[in-house]
Formats: sequence, structure tokens, C-alpha cells
Amino acid sequence: MKASLSWLKVYVDNDIHAQELADALTMVGLEVDGVIDRYAFLATVRVARVLEVKPHPNADKLTVCRVSIGTREVQVVCGAPNVKPDLVAPLALPGTVLPNGLELSCNKIRGEVSEGMLCSAAELALGDQAQNLMALDPALPIGEPLNQAMQLADPVFEIDLTPNRPDCLSIVGIAREIAAIRETELRIPDQSIEEQGERRIEALTSITIDAPSHCPRYTARLLTDVKIGPSPFWLQDKLISVGLRPINNIVDVTNFVMMETGQPLHAFDFDLLAENRIVVRTAQQGEKFTTLDGKERVLDPEMLMICDGAKPVAIGGVMGGANSEINTGTTRVLIESAYFDPVSIRKTAKKLSLGTDASHRFERGVDPDGTLKALDRAAQLMQQVSGGKIAPGAIDAHPQKITPPSIHLSITQTNRLLGTDFTQDRMAALLQSIDFKVNKNTLDELQVQPPSFRVDVTRPEDLMEEIARLSGYNNIPTTFPMIPSHGGGIELAKQVPFKALLKDLMTGLGFSEAITYSFIHKGTVDRLALPADDPRRGTLTILNPLSEDQAVMRTSLLPGLLEATQRNQAQKNMDVKLFELGKVFIVKADEELPTEIETLAGIWSGARHVDTWLNQKADCDFYDTKGSVETLIETLKINDVRFTQLPKDQCLYFKPGHAAQIMRDDTCIGLVGQIRADVIDAFQIKQNVFFYELELAGLHAQLPANLQFRTLPRFPAASRDVTLIIDQGLETQTVLNGIGKYKEALVESWSLFDVFEGEPIPSGKKSISFRIVYRSAEKTLEDEQVNDIHKRITDRLIREFDAALPA
Amino acid sequence: MEKTIAQIKADALDALKENDMAPQAIQDLVVKFLGRKGEVTQFLRNISKLPAAQRPMAGKQANALKKELSAIFDEALDVANNRAGQTEAPIDVSLPGRKKPRGTYHPITQVNQQICDIFTKMGFDIAEGPEVENDYHNFEALNIPKNHPARDMQDTFYVSDNIVLRTHTSPIQVRVMEKQPPPVRVIAPGKVYRCDSDLTHTPMFHQVEGLFVDENVSFGDLKGVLTAFVHQMFDDQTSLRFRPSFFPFTEPSAEVDILCVMCRGKGCRVCSRTGWLEVLGSGMVHPAVFENVGYDTNRYAGFAFGMGVERIAMLKYGIDDLRRFFENDLRFLNQF
Repeated sequence: MKASLSWLKVYVDNDIHAQELADALTMVGLEVDGVIDRYAFLATVRVARVLEVKPHPNADKLTVCRVSIGTREVQVVCGAPNVKPDLVAPLALPGTVLPNGLELSCNKIRGEVSEGMLCSAAELALGDQAQNLMALDPALPIGEPLNQAMQLADPVFEIDLTPNRPDCLSIVGIAREIAAIRETELRIPDQSIEEQGERRIEALTSITIDAPSHCPRYTARLLTDVKIGPSPFWLQDKLISVGLRPINNIVDVTNFVMMETGQPLHAFDFDLLAENRIVVRTAQQGEKFTTLDGKERVLDPEMLMICDGAKPVAIGGVMGGANSEINTGTTRVLIESAYFDPVSIRKTAKKLSLGTDASHRFERGVDPDGTLKALDRAAQLMQQVSGGKIAPGAIDAHPQKITPPSIHLSITQTNRLLGTDFTQDRMAALLQSIDFKVNKNTLDELQVQPPSFRVDVTRPEDLMEEIARLSGYNNIPTTFPMIPSHGGGIELAKQVPFKALLKDLMTGLGFSEAITYSFIHKGTVDRLALPADDPRRGTLTILNPLSEDQAVMRTSLLPGLLEATQRNQAQKNMDVKLFELGKVFIVKADEELPTEIETLAGIWSGARHVDTWLNQKADCDFYDTKGSVETLIETLKINDVRFTQLPKDQCLYFKPGHAAQIMRDDTCIGLVGQIRADVIDAFQIKQNVFFYELELAGLHAQLPANLQFRTLPRFPAASRDVTLIIDQGLETQTVLNGIGKYKEALVESWSLFDVFEGEPIPSGKKSISFRIVYRSAEKTLEDEQVNDIHKRITDRLIREFDAALPA
Repeated sequence: MEKTIAQIKADALDALKENDMAPQAIQDLVVKFLGRKGEVTQFLRNISKLPAAQRPMAGKQANALKKELSAIFDEALDVANNRAGQTEAPIDVSLPGRKKPRGTYHPITQVNQQICDIFTKMGFDIAEGPEVENDYHNFEALNIPKNHPARDMQDTFYVSDNIVLRTHTSPIQVRVMEKQPPPVRVIAPGKVYRCDSDLTHTPMFHQVEGLFVDENVSFGDLKGVLTAFVHQMFDDQTSLRFRPSFFPFTEPSAEVDILCVMCRGKGCRVCSRTGWLEVLGSGMVHPAVFENVGYDTNRYAGFAFGMGVERIAMLKYGIDDLRRFFENDLRFLNQF
């Protein structure tokens, strides 16, 4: 909402600086985004004296003038009839942007240099004279910027209004706030009118409301003998000051009154209304109507139509139609001033994607009692600027009355909620300053009737806000609540500290945290090569995405991390080690909301370690990535986790044979592996990529419930190595697990230290070497005892896994 | 018997007298005297040849000497080794070590954590909620009916007529109150989504929501808690102001501005020349919200607040482009 100080001053006095006023408005809740002097462009328009006028050598109607701007003389080409030596007129220098948007430059006009432009009053929006140059007072100092010389300044406030304040979508509304801030009077514009003629309006037309819930009130007046023409300058000037374009005297008045009062109006050419009457009804399904902007609209039964005796003439509260528009031949005008149902207007404007100044106000709620006042004001002004006559009477079709609420306000409760100690009188005075009616019922109560235009005020809390904002939020004492030491009660987010721990561990393992968008491209599930029945194909689709790239909710963290990898590698960050902790969204057929699964995923592509003088450059591989996952799991003290080959048919985006399921007992808690070549191709990545993903809940469930200390051993351990030759295809882990399975009491731990294939190991076989550590809690073990157990284990392993000892 | 114990000892000590003996030379002496064929060992072997009466005494002496020499040689070796170490060429300590670089926390995580830490220290619990929400929790329960212009304040991504990507973390307020009777003190961090993308908007961003409900909670308390927060988040000297605003789920509502951290109120590009930066939205919980969750509005009052994490991170780190947060460029991430 734009409001110029010059217009505001019509209704309220103000003697403080514009910026100070802007700050004050901001602090009562009308946030001023900016203050712009609409005459600032005049800084490059100078007071100039014409010195010499010569005919233009190449154009009959133009002259070439020498003009002084004080410090120097310039040559300009001019077409105005009144240009003559000694005339003092405004000269707009190159660089000036005129109110009509034209930016001046230094150019040649028909071969003659023109350094700027001598201007008419209309060109500078300082008057309506367009033909002649604007003749300035010869006493003005030559060369001075025009805004300084004429003391022209008109700050325009750009106010970012919150949706609860439709009353301030009007200059009077804003002036009312200023009056309250400045503790001064508000001057409400005069609405008195002079009716003329014999026949009352009821005899000339009728209003029929067939849709009272959509249109609780419709008022109208009729003007005859109207002469359409441009508005007088004062009217144009007001509209221009708030960024509206003058059109003609009748339309300008409707816009002026809307800006002044907040009540949108519509003016019909009465003679274009069939049967000279108005019918207000809802549209039929599929009904078509061409609005003023020339577009054909398809309507539905929720939309309100203003019709004449035969056809629709406007979409109620949104936009009029071309078929009844005011035109140069109009002589009789029907003015509409109505109260439309906010919800219906909003639905219509949304559906048609047609937001107008009118719909903006109606959907927020106009003053239900302002309808007639705005109507009279418009009639009065139209009469004044068009020479028309106001037919006696006004039609006020008012099928549904809207009465403002009466609110009981407790002084004690107000002070308790605000933390203040305002007296009843103080509260009453604050409310009265913005036209609320106040009665002191009892010592602790005010009975308050908000003015009809404050449609947002319905409850005591709304009044408390009015009191708080008018007294100034910053004047309310700052206190600190008593907070008991115990927590709030129920356990709300168990996983919050766990997530923080995981982030600590992942960063410790060298992975940097990524945050990628939760939405991905619809085609991503194809790029991931997911089979048709994969649950991750059941993506949640956004109905109104910003782009195709962000059209569905992710079902895996992989695509986001692959894209981040690609983007980094395109920037020559070749070594990418990222993790993300976020939700994936899986659609469940019979549930309203999708299942949101917190997931931890990481990606590793490029070097194994920082390239230094100490080590050879090497690329990361499966075991680097798996090692990170193992370290994570071990740090979390989750024991007995196995990694088993991910079956080929479940590999999906993993390279078959290069991916593992992370198993604890029979539960798979995650996957780790190399991403398939065609998948990384689809993401335009040119390096191997390794990836792991773990579900948070699954991981969390595996955490040891209660970590217990184990006494440190008192006796030394003995270790024995063994090398077995086994089938190449046999998973080493299976063999190692065998050791634990045998439950030999003295076995403390075991670890693999070598795997070898090739000569002299027969083909199809591999040798694995591992060390078993033995220890007793009671004594130092004898060599022989250890040898016995070791042999027993070795023999069992050989039998169970068809293994052999090396030759 | 060629040599007596005393002679062997004298020889050994004599042999050690030489200055600056290399460690190897001392090792040789160890072999010469204490080795398998060393003089002390030989002496011990030959004890049997001595008259029986002398044997115990000689054995005792020889063993004592063995022990004594062993200690003397060890010490001499230590000295020699040490000397040798000092003369060895030094290593180049300026060469880089074997670093194990840590990964970095996303700046959003860092700021989010700071915010949560401040409030948890003040006695708030942390709550979370779904990112895909139904219309009821995201709007209706928060006093934002369908077809209300307040819906324009948030450009909403729809999944269906009734399901949206949550546009703010405020629905978590409602979910907490549905589960828990007053008093309530929670903060709720999380991702939120709005259908908007330019220099200052990304379609996904992060908010932290706060809710405080109890008996006798006042607007003054709201000011107190948020002032304490701002002072901990920025610094003690940060001025702040509360200004009336509108949120359908609070009444009265207030925006919280802090004095611009860039220009200290003089007016700059970051604060759009106003000298102030909007960092928090807040207000006293609207009675309609309490009614929706069945709280007794006569007995309880409360305040709620919310803030954008990116906004605070941008101010803290001087980041000028919001989109950087979600590009995951390592050159960006590694700065934090």
C-alpha cells in the first residue's frame, strides 16, 4: 500500500519528518518498507532561462534554443509554442527519468544536438498543461534543481500491510493511525451531496440480489448528464502520487474513493445495462465472460456475477466487463458500492488468478458500514468533476446485516497478559484514539465496540493487542518467567541427541555434512534404476512444484548426494566425501501422511587420503567406505555386525558383487557398496562412487541398552596364527564367524591379517590368515593347552568349510 | 684359572674407559665379558675345576660381577646411544604431518545447534514433527482457515488438497499440545518448505519454533526470553526492538528486530538502510489455538516464536547468497 504524505495531510496534520513518521508507523504495526520522495527525479531538472530561440534548420515546428542553467549554457531542441527568449522554464537534463518512465539522454533531434528537454507541467506531473512549456517564476534562481527551487517534496510511504488490517488499505485508515500516534484530530472527508432531478433512482433502476450470502449489501447511485473527460489536475495528482494512472474523470473518481476510503467502487455506463437494472447472482457452470482486460474467463457457480437484465457485466468484486465500461460517449453512470463476502471473492480471484485492487480489499474485508458513505463521496466528486447530476435517492439492498461485536475487556486480564499496569482510563483512551467506542461497565471492565471498519477485532485479545501496540511494545516491561528445573514432561524427540552424535562421528571420519533439497526430479527413480515395484518408486508428488527438478519428495538420499558430487567434481573438487542426515518420504497406501524415515547416508568419491609427500595417491575403494561404516558402528558399541553380499537382484543402484548388507542378527540395518557405472553415468559423474545408507531408527534400536564395564584381564594372552586355504567364493567372514560359533571358552578374540590369491595357491582357492587370541581369567595359559584348543578349532574349521592347511 | 674375578672386573672397567665409545663397541664388550663365550661365563663354567671349598664363594662373586657389569654396560650403552642420537641428522619438522582431516558440520547445523543449546539451557525441551503435514496442523489448528488471506503469507507446496509440505515449524506446537498438558516449554527445529525461489528465498529452509505455556505467562516474559536469546546468540550489546505484526496464531503478535549487525544501525544494504534486521516472529498464543487443542484459556497463557536458521547463519557468517546453503560445494562447506 502506497500513501503519499501530501494526500495523508488532507486528513491529518503532521509536522514531523517523513522518516520519523515512517518509524512511528512501523512501531504501531504498519511496517514502512521505504519512503521515496516522488519529486526526487526533479533533482536533475533545472530552472533554466531561454536566451535565444532559432528555427530548427530541418523541422518547421521545432526550434533550437540556447538556454542558461546558471553555470553554463546548453543547446536544446524544443517544440513548444510558447518558447521565447527570457522565458524561465524547467530543463530536464540527460539522465532524468520523467514520471511517464521516459529516461532522457543527450541526442540529436533532426541533426541538431539537444542536451535535455524543456518541459511542460504535464511532462513533470506538476500540472495538466501539456502544450506549453511550464512557465516558472522568473525570480527563481537559474540553475537550481527544480525540487529545491519550488520546495517540492512529497514522501511516499510504501507500507507492507499485514492481512488483518484492510482498514489501512486506505489513506484515511493510515491517517487515522497517524492521528492516534500524533494525538491529533482526523478530518473525515465531507460526503454531503446535492441531488437533482425529478425521478428518484428507484424509478429508474432496480437492484436484485439472488445471492445474498455472496453479496450481503449492494448500494447504487445514478448520475445523469455526465460529461466524460480528463480529471482535473488535483485529482490526477493524488492518483499519480500513489502510483495509479489517471484514465477519465469517472474512473478516476472510483479509484480516488477506493484509495481514500478503502471501499472499491465500480462505475457502469447505465445505458449499456440491458433493461437498466442490476441482478446479482452466482455464475452458471462454464459460463463465459470477458473482463475489462480483454480476457475471456470461464466461471463456476461459486463465483459472483453482476448482471444487467440480460447478461453479466462484471465479476463481482473482482473486475468489470468491457461491455458496460465507461466510454467517451457515456452520459449516465451507475455507481456500485457493495460489500461482498470475503471468502467468495478470495476463491474467485484465486481460481481465475485475477487479483485486483478491488479483490485485494474485498477478500480482506471492507467496512460493512462504509458502503453508503463511499457511494455518496463518489457521487459528490463525480458531480464535481464531470458536471453530472445526482438522481435523488440511493438504492441500499441490504439482505444481510453485519453487526460489529461488543467485547468485554477485563483490565486485570489485560495487564496480566501484557505484563503491564495500565489503568482503565489509559486503556480506554488508547482505544478511543482509533475510534473504538468504550463504556466503563465496572472498575475492572471495559465494554468495547470496535468501529465497523476494524473487521479484525473480535476478541478481548485483539483489544489487548491494540492497547499494547498503541502504548508501544517497547514500553512494556521486560520480565523473565520463572522456569522450574524439571523438564516439560513427555519425551519428545529421542533421536535428537542421537542425530547430533552421528554428525559428530561422521565429521570425525572425515565426511562433511551436506544438506540437499528434500524434493527431486520425478525421473530420478529411473536414473537410480529402481525396479517397478520398489517402494521408493512411490514418490510423493508436489502438485505445484517450482520446477521439474523439484517435483517429488525424495525416497533416498542417494540422488541428492550424487548431484552434490557431480556439482563438486564439475568445480574440480574431485575428492568428495559427504554425508547427509535427513528424511526420506515413503508413501503408504492407506495412510494420510507418508512415512518419514530419518536416514544417514554418505558418499565417497576420489582420493583415499589427503595427497601429501608421505603417501602415494590412491583412490578410495569399497573397503575404505566399509571401514568408515565399521568405525561408526564400533564407536556406537554395536557388536556382532556382519557384512554379507547383497544379492544381485537387490543391488539396484549398487554394482552387483560390490555391495554389502549390514546385518545384525537377522536385521539388515543398512547397505554399503559401489554405485553402478550406468547410475553414475546418468548423474554425469566420471569417477567411482561409494555409498552407504543406514536407517536411523534401525541403528538406534541396536544401541546397547546399558554399557557395562568389564574387568581388565589379569593374566597374559597367548596367540596363535593359522592360514587356511578355502574356496575363493566363500565369504571370509563366514569362516571367522565359525570361531565364535564353537564357543571355546578361552578364545578371547580373532582377527584377519592376510588374504592371498594366486601362486602357489591353486586357482579357485584363496588363503586366509588370521590370529586367534586365547586368554584365561584365572591363570596364565600353558602352551600345550593353547595348542590343543587351537588345533581343535582349526580342525573344525577345516571340516566345516572344506578348507586345507597350506602345503 | 687364568684370571681372577677381580682381574676380569678390572679389564672390563678398563676397556670401558675409552671416551666416546660407539654403541657397537660397547656391545662387543658385552659379548666379550658376558656373552656365551665371554670371560665371566667362562669363569663360571670353570668353577667346577676349583677346589670344592672355593666353589661357593667364587660362584657368588662371579654372579655378582655378572650383574654389576651388566648394569655398567647398560648404562654405558644408554649414554652412547644418546650421544649417537644427538649427532644423527635432524628430520625436517617443517614437512607436513599425516593429517586426518575432519569433515565439517553444515553451517545450518552449527547455528541450529547453538539456537537449541541456548533454549535447552533455559529449560526448553526439543520436539520434532513431520515435514509433510495435513492442512489441519499446518493451518486450521493455527487459526488460519481455508480461504483466509493469511494463507497468502506463505506460498504453499501442495501434495493434495489436504496435504502440504509444512510451511513453518508451527504445526509442531499443535502436535506437542495435543500430546502434552501444560506447562509446555519446547523448541522445534526443522525443515520447512515454501513455493518461492530467488536470491533471498529457497524452496526449502530451516526454522526453529518455540512454545512456552504456563499459568501467568505475559508478553513481558516473551520479551525477556527472546531478549536473553538474542543476547546469547549475537552479543550482550545487541539492541532489539519489538514491533506489532500479525500472525493468525498469536495475539498480540510481534516481530523482533535487532540492530543491524553489519552497520550497527547506520543503515546498509543488508538491513535495507533501515538499521534494523528482522530475526524473529513471535506473539502470545491465540486463544483459538488453545481452544483447538483443548487448553483452558482462562487458566493458561503462552507465547510462541519462530525464526529462520538460514537468516541467522547469513548474518553470523556474512553469507550473501541463500542458495549457497544447498549447493553443498565443498569450497563453501569447508569454511565452517
